[in-house]
Amino acid sequence: MPGVEVTTQRLCRATLRGPWLAAGIVALHPMSEKHWKSVVSQSVCDYFFEAQEKAADVENVPPVISTPHHYLISIYRDKLFFVSVIQTEVPPLFVIEFLHRVADTFQDYFGECSEAAIKDNVVIVYELLEEMLDNGFPLATESNILKELIKPPTILRSVVNSITGSSNVGDTLPTGQLSNIPWRRAGVKYTNNEAYFDVVEEIDAIIDKSGSTVFAEIQGVIDACIKLSGMPDLSLSFMNPRLLDDVSFHPCIRFKRWESERVLSFIPPDGNFRLISYRVSSQNLVAIPVYVKHSISFKENSSCGRFDITIGPKQNMGKTIEAITVTVHMPKVVLNMNLTPTQGSYTFDPVTKVLTWDVGKITPQKLPSLKGLVNLQSGAPKPEENPSLNIQFKIQQLAISGLKVNRLDMYGEKYKPFKGVKYVTKAGKFQVRT
Amino acid sequence: MSSNSFAYNEQSGGGEATELGQEATSTISPSGAFGLFSSDMKKNEDLKQMLESNKDSAKLDAMKRIVGMIAKGKNASELFPAVVKNVASKNIEIKKLVYVYLVRYAEEQQDLALLSISTFQRALKDPNQLIRASALRVLSSIRVPIIVPIMMLAIKEASADLSPYVRKNAAHAIQKLYSLDPEQKEMLIEIIEKLLKDKSTLVAGSVVMAFEEVCPDRIDLIHKNYRKLCNLLVDVEEWGQVVIIHMLTRYARTQFVSPWKEGDGLEDNEKDFYDSDEEQKEKADKRKRPYTMDPDHRLLIRNTKPLLQSRNAAVVMAVAQLYWHIAPKSEAGIISKSLVRLLRSNREVQYIVLQNIATMSIQRKGMFEPYLKSFYVRSTDPTMIKILKLEILTNLANEANISTLLREFQTYVKSQDKQFAAATIQTIGRCATSITEVSDTCLNGLVCLLSNRDEIVVAESVVVIKKLLQMQPIQHGEIIKHMAKLLDSITVPVARASILWLIGENCERVPKIAPDVLRKTAKSFTSEDDLVKLQILNLGAKLYLTNSKQTKLLTQYILNLGKYDQNYDIRDRTRFIRQLIVPNEKSGALSKYAKKIFLAQKPAPLLESPFKDRDHFQLGTLSHTLNTKATGYLELSNWPEVAPDPSVRNVEVIELAKEWTPAGKAKKENPDEKFYSESEEEEDSSESSSDSESASGSESGEDEEEDHSGDSGEDSGESGSESEAGKGRAAKHAKARGKGDSKDVDKEKENSKSSESSSGESSSIEESSSDSESESESESESESRTITKVSTPVFVPGKTHVLLHRMSGKGLAAHYFFPRQPCIFGDKMVSVQITLNNTTDQKIENIHVGGKKLPMGMQMHVFNPIESLEPAGSITVSVGIDFCDSTQTASFQLCTKDDCFSVNIQPPVGELLLPVAMSEKDFKKEQGMLSGMNETSTTIIAAPQNFASSVILQKVVNVANVGVVPSGQDNVHRFAAKTVHSGSLMLVTVELKEGSTAQLIINTEKTVIGSVLLRELKPVLSQG
Repeated sequence: MPGVEVTTQRLCRATLRGPWLAAGIVALHPMSEKHWKSVVSQSVCDYFFEAQEKAADVENVPPVISTPHHYLISIYRDKLFFVSVIQTEVPPLFVIEFLHRVADTFQDYFGECSEAAIKDNVVIVYELLEEMLDNGFPLATESNILKELIKPPTILRSVVNSITGSSNVGDTLPTGQLSNIPWRRAGVKYTNNEAYFDVVEEIDAIIDKSGSTVFAEIQGVIDACIKLSGMPDLSLSFMNPRLLDDVSFHPCIRFKRWESERVLSFIPPDGNFRLISYRVSSQNLVAIPVYVKHSISFKENSSCGRFDITIGPKQNMGKTIEAITVTVHMPKVVLNMNLTPTQGSYTFDPVTKVLTWDVGKITPQKLPSLKGLVNLQSGAPKPEENPSLNIQFKIQQLAISGLKVNRLDMYGEKYKPFKGVKYVTKAGKFQVRT
Repeated sequence: MSSNSFAYNEQSGGGEATELGQEATSTISPSGAFGLFSSDMKKNEDLKQMLESNKDSAKLDAMKRIVGMIAKGKNASELFPAVVKNVASKNIEIKKLVYVYLVRYAEEQQDLALLSISTFQRALKDPNQLIRASALRVLSSIRVPIIVPIMMLAIKEASADLSPYVRKNAAHAIQKLYSLDPEQKEMLIEIIEKLLKDKSTLVAGSVVMAFEEVCPDRIDLIHKNYRKLCNLLVDVEEWGQVVIIHMLTRYARTQFVSPWKEGDGLEDNEKDFYDSDEEQKEKADKRKRPYTMDPDHRLLIRNTKPLLQSRNAAVVMAVAQLYWHIAPKSEAGIISKSLVRLLRSNREVQYIVLQNIATMSIQRKGMFEPYLKSFYVRSTDPTMIKILKLEILTNLANEANISTLLREFQTYVKSQDKQFAAATIQTIGRCATSITEVSDTCLNGLVCLLSNRDEIVVAESVVVIKKLLQMQPIQHGEIIKHMAKLLDSITVPVARASILWLIGENCERVPKIAPDVLRKTAKSFTSEDDLVKLQILNLGAKLYLTNSKQTKLLTQYILNLGKYDQNYDIRDRTRFIRQLIVPNEKSGALSKYAKKIFLAQKPAPLLESPFKDRDHFQLGTLSHTLNTKATGYLELSNWPEVAPDPSVRNVEVIELAKEWTPAGKAKKENPDEKFYSESEEEEDSSESSSDSESASGSESGEDEEEDHSGDSGEDSGESGSESEAGKGRAAKHAKARGKGDSKDVDKEKENSKSSESSSGESSSIEESSSDSESESESESESESRTITKVSTPVFVPGKTHVLLHRMSGKGLAAHYFFPRQPCIFGDKMVSVQITLNNTTDQKIENIHVGGKKLPMGMQMHVFNPIESLEPAGSITVSVGIDFCDSTQTASFQLCTKDDCFSVNIQPPVGELLLPVAMSEKDFKKEQGMLSGMNETSTTIIAAPQNFASSVILQKVVNVANVGVVPSGQDNVHRFAAKTVHSGSLMLVTVELKEGSTAQLIINTEKTVIGSVLLRELKPVLSQG
């Protein structure tokens, strides 16, 4: 079973056990583990491997597994499993959320959360986990605090450290840890003070066979990149805040202010962070920017079928739709596909049966299409359902909900920051049933 | 290194290990060269040498490699002695890595571990709080029973540490010690009790965690801290929030009566759901007139609401389960939106949230109906998610939406994911039984599926159809015939068994087919699955009883086959059936009833949700997810019939605390207020008055700290500083409201008046206007137990300062002075009175405050514009300025109709204080807490006459707005005050010494202000 071997080698385990999360491991197979409280035998992971084998698809490994003495809670991210071993009752989301925070931190520190990155930085991983968890209870999970405690590795620093023997570990308690704004570190200084906001909206939609919308909604986030000196107090207001139906906030946002004035007022963390994520009220009709014409058919008792899809712009608000990709999970009986795109390029992976068509931009004069023949396994019954099309696209400088930032004000600091807002609309889980 | 890996191979054996070892070499040893030279005999020698070298860099390198070994699960215990020597290293990174090593191996090498203990004991006294905390962390992680007493002592000391960070670590250490030695429980409970009183948001989560771990049944410890926890909740870090919410949910279920009225069921919910939140609440209130919710119950529900907006899924889920378990059913609706939002998150979160929604949607459909479409399945969802979504869709199905759903199900049935398709078929079956209108449609649809090409789909359909037919007494002869035909093609055992059972059950309705089926299956009997064999036996028996003429021989043949079957169940069954149906001399009375036994009316199976029985577990718990009781699961108790005494939650000095919120009262947001003003009216406004801010400014950070350090007078201080925290929040909110809209304030005042008038618990007389007179009266009546109680100023100096000279103000002159009264505009503000004089011979019109240039954090409440000022007229107005406890200048523009003048107000440090009445004992206690860094002192030399009590008193109060502390000694004068903005205590002591010297001591956390005050007092006191 080569497939399974690959995944086990890629297995990364964070085993945390004890009353809540106590002892733990973060580990690459073969092992990078961290124990809190007493040491857990590695054999506990066998239960996990077993479940993984049973699930066949990594996506289907149950996040919570019960074993005779422990409970295993795992997350799957970036082709790695992080597993935590639990001994007693705990809200499973607590653990899941924490493991994701761990993965986020690795991502933040090493630029990627991969097997190689964790292996290369095993000591930092260890030091990080030591700070993040004490006796199974999360201690410091804010990136700003952690970075003051343990400096992220850079090439320059590791060179300097190896020569001077100085360390990556800070020796004072980060100020944030004690203050009421634990997310911001003190003494931030920049020569260029900048504040950028990316308003990213994703359209989740299910379009049925006939082209009508079964379900559509807009999910948005505002990601911020704030590089401002000192302790700036920002307030961000919108032209049409009522659009935002359901919002979740970064802890820095003053909830009161939003409740009363619909203004986002906050002292930002330093660096990149997600300010809010929101859902646009479902009463609003969602504009669907693309349409797909499709005709996919498999002939009875023959080893071929026809495949023909065309993509066109619909309500695109006068903006170009770019970076379109179409992904189709073809039925298992499909052997190969012979297609001709009028634009872009396509690939078909005969093992996973995934067809990917990289379209690029839509030019309304000549709509991109992909046509051709499908080779089926001979003798096998024809697939009864046509595969659904997953579409990705991007529209720059447009928030499809119409959300607009009104202004950004800064208090508390004297300098004039450079401010910028960018809007992008993307396809989220955008599926066309055929 | 390679030697090391060989060693590892030997230990673990197995081919894989070789590979692992090699990998380890390449990844973790930056200096792989060592590996080349070391041999098997002296493994790890190199590491030992490096550890013993003088260079930190070599040591660090060695430690890193050792940690790498631990991380890879290799045994590095033999290095213990070499490593432990470095525990006292100056290099913080080496130190930390040694800690890591020590915690891992101390249990195995107890004797050697003891060598390191003294180092930790020393580090526990380190001035650096980070070192103190990490020493405690490591010490408590060393699982060596001998050091239990040392740990106990360390925890005790740390729990009284000045740094909340150290106290937080102490709370963690409690759990560790408890698991090491449960004997210590009683002592640990004492410490928990003490830490529960802590006001720091940093400590709250950890100590509640310790509470849950050590003594979850000691609910009595929570009473006094309940309100505090509710109020602190928003400011606690997110992990702590989860723990506290879960604990408070349990607490609420034991302390309050049920808010769920009889009949407050589904219907209500459905109706309410479409209404907006406010309406819903109003309605809820109207309905609930006879039942009044305990104000503390309401407090919890209200204070958790903003947390639904948290970015942390665990927090949102925790609040959701709290609402589910303790909120009135009509209010629980608000959680659905947030839960649906979580479905956008990663698959693990989706999985857990969907499970919980599934449980909820069985009981209260209405909650999630509006979000039906959010549960539509995408072909890219993992199967487990798909099936959970399907489960929820089924639960939500009703007459109104079933047609849409069935159309959606049609798509699912065709899915390539066969497991999912099969689940959909079961779902259709469930819909058919629950919604009778569509049962025929469903049945027809399922029959169509029988001709599906996929066997799994067909098999599942057969099973479901069987169940449906069993439930419906109507005859479906055609369907049965159709299914009998399927028997030739279908191979899935469950489906075959189902068909056979169905035919057997209805054998009299299909008299021609049934015997034929039996004939066919008799032929294939030996090759059938056990499940099918049993059903063949059943069919035979039934036919034998109803149609023995045609089937007698066949049945006997089958029984003979069964007699020699490999499976003992089948042999058993065969024997049983033979005795029962074939009459012989031995068979008893039972065989007479054979027909009744076999062809009895069988109860229809109930098609139920697998989530039906999960609701007895608390939502959001591991036990709920697994549907079995996990170790350590704490049962959620049922609501008590009669609420236990609510007064246990009252904090002793509550009245006093109340007295002191003159300005705070003006804002109903003051969370403290809510205790008393719980009432229907208040509930209506709960939307706007909700719960403290989660994100507060930097000033509030100071607040929190001041709070807990200022009040370690334990119970006596408790409510006092609690009210301060509340105040802080209110002021923050006022700030957020923008630059003082006085109308707004008035309105709020009214509101609060009304809410107060209806207050049930408070017995004190309310006066919503801030009148310091009445305040001080009530204070003198009550025993002075709070320390931070504000008293009237001892003395108000008449000194005025020039704000705007008439020459530069074109005839407008302005003076200001500090009336030393609590500011009515905000309790963090200093009140300033400005007297405006018109020295011209014309009217000056429209005098108002123009642009303000305030340093960061400073706030100013301006006076209402003065329409006109007659010549030679004068008018006095008050403004409030929040100086943020600094002597920074507040600059603003004083404008008239024609001109603008820039003016400044710089407060003398003494005006940034409010006097505090306090007993000598309290004073000393507080002073003890504020020693070290927080103390500044100087020596004063002056003529003896200057040291007369009255003179000192006069001088001190002239400079600063402090309160006099009654002193038992003649030679010591004590004064107490607190800073206006943050409420930090400021303790001034003048101690007369021999000769003409005196010692002036100031204790405060606000060391800057303290030293400024010291500088100002010194010359004043030494002057003649």
